[in-house]
Amino acid sequence: MNTMKLMGTTTLALALAAGPVAAQVTALGEPEGQVNIVAWAGYIERGETMKEFDWVTKFEEASGCKVNVKTANTSDEMVALMNEGGFDLVTASGDASLRLIAGKRVQPINTDLIPSWNAVDDRLKDAPWHTVGGVHYGVPYMWGPNVLMYNTNVFKEPPTSWNVVFEEMTLGDGQSNKGRVQAYDGPIHIADAAQYLMFHKPELGITSPYELNEDQYKAALDLLRQQRELVSRYWHDAFIQMDDFKNEGVVASGTWPFQVNLLKSENQPVASVIPQEGATGWADTSMMHVDSANPTCAYLWMEHSLSSNLQSDLAVWFGANPSVPAACTDGRGMLTAEGCTTNGFDDFEKIRFWTTPTANCSQGEGACVPYYRWVSDYIGVIGGR
Amino acid sequence: MSAVLASRGLGDRLTGLFWRRPNLLLLLLISPPLIWLGLVYLGSLAALLVQSFYSIDEFSGVVVPEFTLRTYAELFNPANMDIIIRTLLMSASVTVGCAVLAFPIAYYAARFARGHWKAAFYLGVMLPLWSSYLVKVYAWKLILAKEGIIGWAAGATGTTPILEAVLAIPGIGGNSLSTSFLGTWMVFVYVWLPYMILPMQASLERVPVSMLEASADLGATRGQTFRTVTLPLALPGVIAGSIFTFSLTMGDYIIPQIIGTSARFIGQAVFQLQGTAGNIPLAAAFAVVPILIMLVYLALARRAGAFDAL
Repeated sequence: MNTMKLMGTTTLALALAAGPVAAQVTALGEPEGQVNIVAWAGYIERGETMKEFDWVTKFEEASGCKVNVKTANTSDEMVALMNEGGFDLVTASGDASLRLIAGKRVQPINTDLIPSWNAVDDRLKDAPWHTVGGVHYGVPYMWGPNVLMYNTNVFKEPPTSWNVVFEEMTLGDGQSNKGRVQAYDGPIHIADAAQYLMFHKPELGITSPYELNEDQYKAALDLLRQQRELVSRYWHDAFIQMDDFKNEGVVASGTWPFQVNLLKSENQPVASVIPQEGATGWADTSMMHVDSANPTCAYLWMEHSLSSNLQSDLAVWFGANPSVPAACTDGRGMLTAEGCTTNGFDDFEKIRFWTTPTANCSQGEGACVPYYRWVSDYIGVIGGR
Repeated sequence: MSAVLASRGLGDRLTGLFWRRPNLLLLLLISPPLIWLGLVYLGSLAALLVQSFYSIDEFSGVVVPEFTLRTYAELFNPANMDIIIRTLLMSASVTVGCAVLAFPIAYYAARFARGHWKAAFYLGVMLPLWSSYLVKVYAWKLILAKEGIIGWAAGATGTTPILEAVLAIPGIGGNSLSTSFLGTWMVFVYVWLPYMILPMQASLERVPVSMLEASADLGATRGQTFRTVTLPLALPGVIAGSIFTFSLTMGDYIIPQIIGTSARFIGQAVFQLQGTAGNIPLAAAFAVVPILIMLVYLALARRAGAFDAL
């Protein structure tokens, strides 16, 4: 065992010493004929799920690069696949991107080789989840908020606060919200509670919902225990949640714009809002593997991801927001300015993007509660502890 | 004139070799399955066991590959004990529910069903097993939903107060059947019922009719015959079925995720801890729990004679 570890470390050290670290591509060559991408399900569509959602075929025809997609279900899977190697790009979320950079699995991006870089949203260009020490390790792909969805028959006016899912109250139809609200079945929901406390209990001194010391963390858990009394079932799967809004009498819950759009398209009485406390959200970045075998195709794809109908149609498909603001209005795809507003494009400032909670945070070394404890404690809260 | 032996081919020589050394043939034949069992099957179990003796570093959340019992001690945290006890109670009650429901069905099939009816019985029991498990569970979610068919039927027949009274039972009730432990239990019973019926029926069929007749000749009532002859002889089948229902319930992580209160069962805890949390030691320790419980269960079942017919 020890010998093996020693061997592993030695090879690693040799590899690090031999190859220049943080080298970036300086010029594009001939396209290699293919590009291998690790992506979230539904992120790279070639018209096979629904005919009108296709942002791959044209790229393949124009560039000669065949797009091979490996879908991953969790950020951990993405990190594991990138560690294995054999891929050129990954659509990494905020919790995976910094891990990939820290693990030296991705290479810096030469923005001069991506003509559309200047079209990228200024709010995303230097985002901390892909820019480290002024170096860009990726190209923004898509982002979106976790909004509050509500039933318009019960809420005549849009709710202004997340308190409808945290505090017991009587709703517009004269009945209690008990048993009629939902919360996300993932430990990251602790951040939503922390964000609520940030607004309502400033004395706790929370500065980021992802960096909580013991006291702040305890307060968030207490709020979630109170929420447990109101929630019959936590939501995990987007389609189960939609079913719960239709058949289970659920009238309010945190959710993704994806569910809101789909339910609206079925003429269900729902709408969504980002309440006064703000919202949490996700932002994904195309990152390039440090040993990418197809760098030219990878760069061509990154350019394509910004310049083509991808930003527009994917935003419609996923209920997300484009990283290129022009995609909202220039008609390159199906997205419209209203669509962007619905998906929360104008609420960027209110959104705190998902990052992995770590023990070492801005409050100091080991001052914050790390993610693995979020997991076990949230299991306890849902179990009634 | 000399007798010339034809030069022997490879097949001939191999046959000769195996004839002279029969053990070699045996070794060649059993080594692939042994390697599979030893390396892939037991090897992965051993890897799991080793992981469970590691622990996670409090600050960085990185797995520390040093042997310790700390992770097992974590299992005794109140929240984790809750998960284990919850899973055990659910498995036990699902097993009892399955046994009670399956017995009359298996008894009818073994004793009375003949010809076409027997075929219909097998088809009826097996049919649910052939359709996708996920489809069945999602269908049950709709059936049990607040605005689903049961709620609707209760409303139409004026029995809503009864349904509400059942759902008001603390501990197992909830906002609707699909968000209560009662609903989880119903779906578990439905999904695993065939695994109880089939072994039960097999053992009931092995009870000799002559013994039942002898019992009647000696003046036993039907009830006495059932209690003292049929049930003890069929018990191994019941126990064999219960091994299935008990272990399947204990390991399942999909049903409680779709139907129920979201409170975790062991399977879900393992899934979540090894996935997003990266707490593989605790996930491994959790995975060892059902193994230990099943070992105890199997030992008890052996004592009761469940494996005598093997």
